[in-house]
Amino acid sequence: MKPSLNIPHTSNHGDSQTMPEGLQVFETQNTRNPSEIVFNDDDLAKIEEFKRRYPNQEAAVMPTLWLAQEKFGWLSQESIELVADTLNMPHADVFGVASFYTMYFKKPKGKLHVAVCTNISCQLCGGYEIYNFIRQTFGLENGEVTGDGKLSLEEAECLGSCGTAPVAQINNGDYMENLTLEKFKAFLKDKGIL
Amino acid sequence: MQTGFETYKPMILNGTPDLHQIEVYEAEGGYEDLKKALQIPRSELVESVKKSGLRGRGGAGFSTGMKWSFIGKDKPRYLIVNGDESEPGSFKDRQIFEFNPHLLIEGCLITAYALEIKTCYIYIRGEYAKWIRIVEDALADSRKKGLVGKTLPGSDFSVEIYVHKGAGAYICGEESALMNSIEGKRAYPRLKPPFPAVVGLWGKPTIINNVETITNIPLIVRLGAENYAKIGAPDHPGPMLYGLSGHINKPGIYELPSGMLISDLIYKIGGGIPDGKKLKAVIPGGSSMPILRADMIDGVTMNAESLKKAGTSIGTAGMIIMDEDTDIVEAVARLTHFYHHESCGQCTPCREGTGWIEMIYQKFLRDEAEPRDIDLLLSICKQMEMRTICALADGAAWPVRFSIERFREEYEKHCKKPESPGWNYKMRAVSGV
Ligand SMILES: Cc1cc2nc3c(=O)[nH]c(=O)nc-3n(C[C@H](O)[C@H](O)[C@H](O)COP(=O)(O)O)c2cc1C
Ligand code: SF4
Ligand code: FES
Repeated sequence: MKPSLNIPHTSNHGDSQTMPEGLQVFETQNTRNPSEIVFNDDDLAKIEEFKRRYPNQEAAVMPTLWLAQEKFGWLSQESIELVADTLNMPHADVFGVASFYTMYFKKPKGKLHVAVCTNISCQLCGGYEIYNFIRQTFGLENGEVTGDGKLSLEEAECLGSCGTAPVAQINNGDYMENLTLEKFKAFLKDKGIL
Repeated sequence: MQTGFETYKPMILNGTPDLHQIEVYEAEGGYEDLKKALQIPRSELVESVKKSGLRGRGGAGFSTGMKWSFIGKDKPRYLIVNGDESEPGSFKDRQIFEFNPHLLIEGCLITAYALEIKTCYIYIRGEYAKWIRIVEDALADSRKKGLVGKTLPGSDFSVEIYVHKGAGAYICGEESALMNSIEGKRAYPRLKPPFPAVVGLWGKPTIINNVETITNIPLIVRLGAENYAKIGAPDHPGPMLYGLSGHINKPGIYELPSGMLISDLIYKIGGGIPDGKKLKAVIPGGSSMPILRADMIDGVTMNAESLKKAGTSIGTAGMIIMDEDTDIVEAVARLTHFYHHESCGQCTPCREGTGWIEMIYQKFLRDEAEPRDIDLLLSICKQMEMRTICALADGAAWPVRFSIERFREEYEKHCKKPESPGWNYKMRAVSGV
């Protein structure tokens, strides 16, 4: 049977929005309670260790952004400013770095963030069946979160696992490989989402 | 050339259980090549890598020894191992991280010693969280054994190795973008020259090699340059990690000598195409490489010379296989989305071209395209190729150009029928095609 290759007719790129004039706009939202956005002594010790890896402390920005994201769940305007202040960098520079990469979340994601690879090898092996199933079942498009905040969807680019296509990555961590619709539905049921 | 692959014994992915553990690795003779290398004068090591004929496995296939010999005099110098691995169809470096991380570390140590480098960064894409953990554990073990970060046995030299975690951007695989990424800047590729070997990380001489390239270094020390050069195809020697994905019965990474017949890889190694279907097309080395029609692969082997004659290139040796029912336009359309998403936006031809190409493909998918759109695509490609700071633009144009050249009838099938309303009869040559 030929897997469906139904590419949704959109050029939505997920973490950015294209305005009618063709401009790409990155949204960064504010945290509800900014007073929670602080690094404790443990974090600061880790950041000192990051800095020691490089001759120039600016280079610690990526590991520090990772630390902030793992701690706060996503990178709000406040978290980005906190990283900048900790590393003595201009806010705009850190924002520039954070906005460059798709894995730094500039908006809150769902509790379960599913990135489904639909790039060529996964496409050939049915990646769009999984991706379109989520779109249709939950009414989500690339980069969106369900109203209850439980699930968010991303159309991932090649995850470097083409030999076990189709593949999805959960919460920037584990891979689900050799996916089938059945396997994926069972997983969502297990998580109480389906 | 391809004979004897049946008896070839893998050296990188040799299947030893738990080889990622340092005790197992050492019991298998691990880190012996390092000890051997430390007794060899540095210039001789560089010379033997040159003589081995090893070519970079990251995509461009440049001679590794040659690259090393270009390194600038300035110090400190840096070594970067490129494990960004984001080219669709490539998933080989991941197997090295998972199954043989110590061979990679050993390769880093030998390379760093040979080039008098004291700091090495292994750049691993952020998605590989699991594999980053494996490599970091291996580094910690190697540190405990007095190797990484310590004075190396029988020398007065020490090498520090760090993992730098990416965060999801294909362009970071481009060597100069990767350097900006490590430096904590937006990962924009830099203008070349100057080349990284002279002006690299923080302006210092930097050697950047792919993960697979570096894991070949201990093998060259072990076998000697002459014996290494005898493995596989003479113009592109050594073990090679071939990837098979897409419509194939046994997808995966296979370590075999270079210069394997494409047809052997598909039918003998990969077990053929599911449901006994016929082959329609192969992309031999990651999505940026020119696509081959099934009737173009006769006698073509996976090494630079043979692939060049066939009108394509080896790239990362990650082969994407498509069966007879594949819609080439749909498959390439997905790639155009990828390149548009990943363009860093510095160069106008790339930023605008990838966007326009994606939009035109959407027209094909809606069956709203007209025959002149095919020529329009070719004209956009022409304006992108060889005109930009990095090779992403070429990589974005090639799947389009070559799939049109080699599968034009598929594009025509997607065009509007002449009788349908709004069909444009004015087929005119678009300037520059
Ligand atoms: C857009 C783009 C993406 C690239 N991605 C990778 C990659 O993911 N991994 C890699 O090793 N090389 C990649 N390269 C090639 C590198 O620029 C560089 O040539 C390579 O790392 C050199 O190593 P080698 O000589 O060992 O092949 C990429 C190049 C371009 C233009
Ligand atoms: S070719 Fe594209 S990706 Fe490369 S530097 Fe130019 S805009 Fe960026
Ligand atoms: S194409 Fe999906 S993992 Fe490579």
